[in-house]
This record gives sequence, structure tokens and C-alpha cells, in this order.
Amino acid sequence: MSTLGDAWTYLTTWENWTGANGLTTPTYDGGWRFSQDSILALGIEHLWLSFAAVTIAVVVALPLGLFLGHVRRGGGTTVVVSNVTRAMPTLALLTLFAASAIGYGNTAVILAAAIFAFPPILTNAYTGMADVDADIREAAVGQGLTARQVALRVELPLAIPLVAAGLRTSTVQTVATVPLAALVAGGGLGVIVNTGLATQRYGQVLAGAVIIAVLALTIDLVMSRLQRLATPAPLREAAATAV
Amino acid sequence: MDAVPNPWFSWDYVERNWGEVSDQLVIHTTLTLQAVAIALVIAFPLAVLARRIPRLAGPIMGVSGVLYTIPSFALFGLLAPFTGIGRTTVLIGLVAYALLVLVRNILVGLQGVDRDVVDAARGVGYSPTRMLFAVELPNALPSIVAGLRIATVSTVALVTVGVVVGYGGLGQLMFRGLQSDYRAQIMTATLLCLALALILDLILALAGRLATPWLRRRAS
Repeated sequence: MSTLGDAWTYLTTWENWTGANGLTTPTYDGGWRFSQDSILALGIEHLWLSFAAVTIAVVVALPLGLFLGHVRRGGGTTVVVSNVTRAMPTLALLTLFAASAIGYGNTAVILAAAIFAFPPILTNAYTGMADVDADIREAAVGQGLTARQVALRVELPLAIPLVAAGLRTSTVQTVATVPLAALVAGGGLGVIVNTGLATQRYGQVLAGAVIIAVLALTIDLVMSRLQRLATPAPLREAAATAV
Repeated sequence: MDAVPNPWFSWDYVERNWGEVSDQLVIHTTLTLQAVAIALVIAFPLAVLARRIPRLAGPIMGVSGVLYTIPSFALFGLLAPFTGIGRTTVLIGLVAYALLVLVRNILVGLQGVDRDVVDAARGVGYSPTRMLFAVELPNALPSIVAGLRIATVSTVALVTVGVVVGYGGLGQLMFRGLQSDYRAQIMTATLLCLALALILDLILALAGRLATPWLRRRAS
């Protein structure tokens, strides 16, 4: 049968979505993990891994970027950080983590993805705060606002569009990175493609790739809507051209 | 029982396996250069087209944007059933990713050319072709070089994902190092990847400087 036909059969077989034994599988230590033969379970796991990675990145990068942007220091460092992470292959970090004390599996994936989710959030938070018009800042100071009030009531609201743009870039990129987890015995939708390649079922490879692509494009769409909602109407054009 | 030594780096490994390491390094380098070169050849006419016919700019940027959003892992998976596993699949994927960055930067460069310069050239009778190559292209060069640098550095990193279809250059070493639990192999491949990205970036930056002597003269 043709690859396309195989892919269609794979996608229209209900058992491939629910798994042969449900969405979760018991592990030997008494816990559970997402079933690796269910598209739904792998999809939920994929979203969970992405969410965990982005959350870690936000918790670390957002306060740091906002603070550095507020005091206008470390601009050069943020550029260096984003350039180095661009040159660093995801696979390198993933395999290094898996070979270290962290070990194979989802922890290595979350940590590696979090590191790559870091730079867009940091850079955009920094730029958003640092690029606020000096006149606006001085007007606020002139009205008697303290440094803290300037940061929270003037700079932060104006930085929101860029912060949202950074969050979008970072989230979409993370959803695209997580499939690599399959290479280090982690979960997520990459497992479908990887298993298909290993067993030479190219229909399954194609189906898995389509599912991942659709998920990534959907997340991009959702995040762009959220980005728009977070951006006040007068700032929309500026935000669209910024990133 | 003594654990087998598993150092993070070993010169001994590098010396003993230099043949294999350098083979993958050569594959990695040629694959990167080939992908960026092909992407540039495709991106340039697309950007010129988008510049000349603004109505096409939206669709051209849209399609390359969608290609860029599809995860590399998935793209290799989409191509593998049709183009087989190996070099061709990886090359097509790499070209697809480099495309967006290049089209965007060339377009921005062309759009940023001073209107007065274009008007002056038209005034002295430049044909559209001569205008493109003698006026617009040189003026857009800084933006094009910036795009080439981003595309090249990202491509070096992306080649490793080719492991999925068994052709990941230095990524093969990372993956095999992981399978045989040998850290030095992963680290060697990682450092070579970073070095390759850095060297290619420096070469492009230098070439860009040499190609735009007028910018330096203006600065000094």
C-alpha cells in the first residue's frame, strides 16, 4: 500500500489515538507514564513537556529581563546569550544532559527545552523595558513617581506587547523542540515519528509528522491571538514590526 | 567494581577517532554551505519579486513563515517517506528553514534603499536590471549579510537534527556517543559544532566588511 494510504489508515484507526491499554501505563516503580502507543497521550505529554519548559524559562528569564531592562544594564550580555544559544544545537544539549547525572527521559528534555526558551523571553523583556521613550520616563519621574512606580506603572505596561511577542516565539519554538525528546527516550509526539522510522512504517512517520506540524501551527495561531489580546490597540502596529 | 571511566573530554578519543570525526565535520560543513547557497539562490529572486510586486510580498512571506514554523523533526519526517533517508532529505529541510530568514532580510534590505538614490539612478537612465545589481543590491548588502550570518549559524545547529533520518553530520557522533554512553564523543561533536558556527560567522562578517568598503570610509 502507498505511504499516503498507510498514513491515512494510521490516523483513522481509533486504537492509535487511545492506545491499546488506555492513556497511561503503570511503571515498575508503582508510578505511571503516558502510554507511548497513544496519539492522545503523547499529545498531552507533548503539551505538558512544553508547558513545563516554558514555565521554567518564564520564571527565570522574565523577572531578570524586566529588571535588567529597567536599570538598562546587561544589554550586551542578553545579545551574547541569544547568539550562543542559536549556535548551540538542541541535540547537543539534549544528549549532554541525557549522558550526565540528569539521565535519559523527560527531565533532560524539559531542562534542555527551557534553556532554549530562555533567550526570546529575556531579550524581549529587556528591550521592552529599556526602549521605553525617555520623555515618558522623565515625565513620570517629574510627577513624583518613585523608581519602582515608574517600572511597574509606566515601563511595564508599555513593555507588555514585546513581552507577549517573546513569549509567543519561545512557546512555538519549544513545541517544535520537544519532538527531539524521542531521541533520548523521552515522550511527546516525536515518539510516533521515531518509532515509525525504526520499524520502517513510513505511513506512521508521515502521520506523526503531520500531527506535529499541525500542533505547531495551531499553537502559533493561538499564541498570536493571545499576543494580540495582550497588546493594547494603539500599540499593535509597533509590536507587529518589532519582532 | 570500578566504573568504566567516562570523561567529559578526552584528547585520546579525538586523536584515535580523528578520521571519523573529520569525516562528519566535512559532511556537516558541506551540507551547511550547500543548503545556505541553494537557499540564497531561491530567496534572492523571491525577495526581488516581493519588492517589485508588493501584492506578492504577503503570500511569499506567509508560505516561508509556515515552512519555518513546521518543526524540523516533523519536516524531516514528512520528507523521509518520499525522498528517502539520507542527504537529500536533510538538505531540502535545511533549505526550507534558511529561506525565511534570507527572504526577509533581502526584502528589508531592498526596501531600505534610500529613495533619493534610486531616483538619482533612474534620472541618469539606469535600466531596472542595472538598477537592481548596481544600486539596490550594494545598498541592501549589510542586511543581506546579516541574514546570511543568522541563516548559516542556525543551519549549523539544525544539521544535527538530521540524525532522525540517519544523516546528521556531527549530530551522528552526539547520538552514537549517547547510545554507547561515551560523554567525550558528545562533547567533541558539540564543541566542533560551536566552532564551525563561529568560524563561518566570522568569515561571513569579514566578507561583508570587505564587500562594503564605503561603509567603513563613511565611518572613519
